[in-house]
Amino acid sequence: MLYRPKADTIRRRWQNNSHICFFTKPESNLCWVKCTKRIACNKQLHDLQHGQEGMLVWVLFLLCQGVAPALTQDLCQRDAPNGYKVRISLKTALGEDAYEWNQSEMFFFRATMAFAMRRHFQMETYNVDNIILCVQTSRVSFWFVVTSPDNATMLIPKADVEKAVRMARHRINNAFLLSDRTLEFLGIHPTLAAPVNPDTPPWLIVFGVVIGAVCAGIIALLVSSLLQKRRKEKGMTEDGQDEEDMQVKGVENGINLDGTYNRGFTDDDRFTKL
Amino acid sequence: MRLQLPNPGLEDRILSHEDLDKLETEEAGSGDRPKWDNKTQYMLTCVGFCVGLGNVWRFPYLCQSHGGGAFMIPFLILLVLEGVPLLHLEFAIGQRLRKGSLGVWSTIHPYLAGVGIASMFVSLMISLYYNTIMAWVMWYLFNSFQETLPWSQCPLNYNLTGLVSECEQSSPVDYFWYRETLNTTPDIGENGGLQWWMVLCLISAWAVLYICIIRGIETTGKAVYVTSTLPYVVLSIFLIRGLTLKGSLSGVVFLFTPDLTELTNPTTWLDAGAQVFYSFSIAFGGLISFSSYNSVHNNCEQDAVIISAVNGFTSVYAATVIYTIIGFRATERFDNCLGGNILTLLNTFDLPEGNVTENNYDQVLQSLNGTHPDIIQGLNLKTCDLNTFLSEGVEGTGLAFIVFTEAITKMPVSPVWSVLFFIMLFCLGLSSMFGNIEGVLVPLQDLGVFPKSWPKEATTGTTCVLCCIAGLIFVQGSGNYWLSLFDSFAGSIPLLIIAFCEMVGVVYLYGIDRFNEDIKFMIGHKPNLFWQITWRFVSPAIMFVIFVFYFITKVTETLLYKTWNPESENFPTLEEKPYPAWIYVIIFILAGIPSLAVPGTALYKCLRRKRDTKAEQQELKTVSNHIDVNDKAQDGKSHT
Repeated sequence: MLYRPKADTIRRRWQNNSHICFFTKPESNLCWVKCTKRIACNKQLHDLQHGQEGMLVWVLFLLCQGVAPALTQDLCQRDAPNGYKVRISLKTALGEDAYEWNQSEMFFFRATMAFAMRRHFQMETYNVDNIILCVQTSRVSFWFVVTSPDNATMLIPKADVEKAVRMARHRINNAFLLSDRTLEFLGIHPTLAAPVNPDTPPWLIVFGVVIGAVCAGIIALLVSSLLQKRRKEKGMTEDGQDEEDMQVKGVENGINLDGTYNRGFTDDDRFTKL
Repeated sequence: MRLQLPNPGLEDRILSHEDLDKLETEEAGSGDRPKWDNKTQYMLTCVGFCVGLGNVWRFPYLCQSHGGGAFMIPFLILLVLEGVPLLHLEFAIGQRLRKGSLGVWSTIHPYLAGVGIASMFVSLMISLYYNTIMAWVMWYLFNSFQETLPWSQCPLNYNLTGLVSECEQSSPVDYFWYRETLNTTPDIGENGGLQWWMVLCLISAWAVLYICIIRGIETTGKAVYVTSTLPYVVLSIFLIRGLTLKGSLSGVVFLFTPDLTELTNPTTWLDAGAQVFYSFSIAFGGLISFSSYNSVHNNCEQDAVIISAVNGFTSVYAATVIYTIIGFRATERFDNCLGGNILTLLNTFDLPEGNVTENNYDQVLQSLNGTHPDIIQGLNLKTCDLNTFLSEGVEGTGLAFIVFTEAITKMPVSPVWSVLFFIMLFCLGLSSMFGNIEGVLVPLQDLGVFPKSWPKEATTGTTCVLCCIAGLIFVQGSGNYWLSLFDSFAGSIPLLIIAFCEMVGVVYLYGIDRFNEDIKFMIGHKPNLFWQITWRFVSPAIMFVIFVFYFITKVTETLLYKTWNPESENFPTLEEKPYPAWIYVIIFILAGIPSLAVPGTALYKCLRRKRDTKAEQQELKTVSNHIDVNDKAQDGKSHT
């Protein structure tokens, strides 16, 4: 089990005591202390400070130098064949609410990945130890590999890791308050959301409403103009009958005309004028 | 002496001033001809006819591409010298002669009937394709009633593994326009069959038009209360919304920044003149019809000035609104471009977020280029320039259906803005269609194509149904190419010829003296010196110059059209192809027939009159024989 104490405490101690810090990767700024239990590690550090258990420390140191760093160096490296690069964009996703990416977050990430692996391979129990991170940059990006719980030197193949990540992607995103775009697993494409296909396209519904209203309007107008015409015709025939009656009775402008027809006022226009 | 061509018989054909006054007061006469319910309806109808889609999608483009604020100068000058006189002329002649366009020109001189026929033909052609644009607007309107607008994202391909490739290569808005709306073919020769969804939209567009014109201006007059005022309301809403978006002011500044060197470019003046001319919907015959329904003493001079001012103001206002939205879109694109570049840099060099921002992007890029030039080269970073994005000037359908719809998808609550925008476009187009259809219906009635016994509803219905069927040509796969063909040729050169003939006909055939007297009778004072000079010399000269330049440009340029071809190399850039040979026949029919109708009808009438006078002379001989016989009979009678 790896115990990773707070970086600045070790650094301070490192400044005082040169043989406490073990580097697994010289270029990174972090120190790693290998020990069995956390409390023991503290005690160890304390003892180391006071020069006790120096031999044990040296043995461990040699071991670390010889074996473990080499191991992890082999397993997790840039462009590892079975590893994935993760890129996180906190400021883009959360803006001012962005939290700081520190060791705790890294631990959380390893725990989440272990959860994802457990979920996928339901028989095997993955632990935080099985997720190894390396090549961390200030972008924030890093590589990770997954070791098998039975054999710490064997890596889980890329395809299986991909399947596990795909299955738990939603949970992983939500754990970090991020999205597919801001928590990228380079090489694992996000699954596209299935489109929602309504039974009737919505435009047809609107079209139906509009056409129905327009047709109703046209029919109403045509019917009203037809009724108007009929009413006018009926009114005209009634008026026409009244007029005829009036003419027969010799009524003009409401005045009864009675009298003889004066031939003196007939038109002479039958004959052409001279 | 004023130049006046001989025009015998004019007095017999027109109503005298006394007759006109009698017509005004008599009740019986007015039953025959429709009348406006009130002046507001008339003004709104004319404003609606003049203010159309061109104000929204042609003027802003012209303004921005011809030197921004400097374009206002030729536009306003030509508005005053060309637009207002032509408008006043059409209003006055319609009000005086009280007939539709065909009737007016036949009355002025029988040989000028060709001008009326050409007007009718042009109005018909334009009605056909204009209502197809209405159908497109309706399609987008129907599709706006969804939470996620369909043009905001690419659809997934068949196996649900990725996006449709055509959409991925271009953009969701392009894909929705070219594929899901038009389903366009790569060539005008392939017609691609009728697109059923577009047929439905076309039918709905014609149905809405029918219900508005079913009883002529009786129903149109009521419809314009909505269709002419709603666009202004929506434009104001968009202005307020636009000004609150980021980057809108940079759009407006870009639009109006004057570049006075453009004034020396003759194309600027030509485009300004053409824009004024087409924007006023002159020579369609609709304005003459509308003003003939007025009372005789209506102040047409005031109307012309008011409507011109409203049209000019609307153009500028719409341009401002459009460019706030375009400024927002350009800023959005610029931010995305820069953001993409910054992300690439951060990812490649594993720098912490926030190290490279928009402010220090250039410095950082330079320093990185110094240290790792080959990596930078390999990244292929795009150059992001805000002015390039702003000057991606688009006009016409591209502006409305691609650029603006894209901008709308980026605004919050997109469906609301989409619905408002397309309702505004629909109202703008519908009110213009009223005038177009009027220019078709009234000449058809005057020609006696429909039997007199048919009610008005039947004539408008038949016209709408026939136009709808003819408009099916524009809803095929290649319909978009046919539409731009009609737009370029049916609606450009013939209108210039008709307008020129109108001016010459009124000023020199009808007689400017008589026209001045008529206007004095109608509005109370003789038109002043400005009108005299513009009617007699300035406006016809401007028409002529524009016509000559247009003709030369169209005839000399090789005719190319832009196609959407997913298989072309430069996809998504539109591929330019030459027209096939048989298109030239169509072009001749579109542009040539109305233009040739003017001299053609004159010739036909001339020949017929010569034939008629010959027949009359023969008849005269026999009639005089008859009179001799009667006289003998008279002598006989008187002697008894």
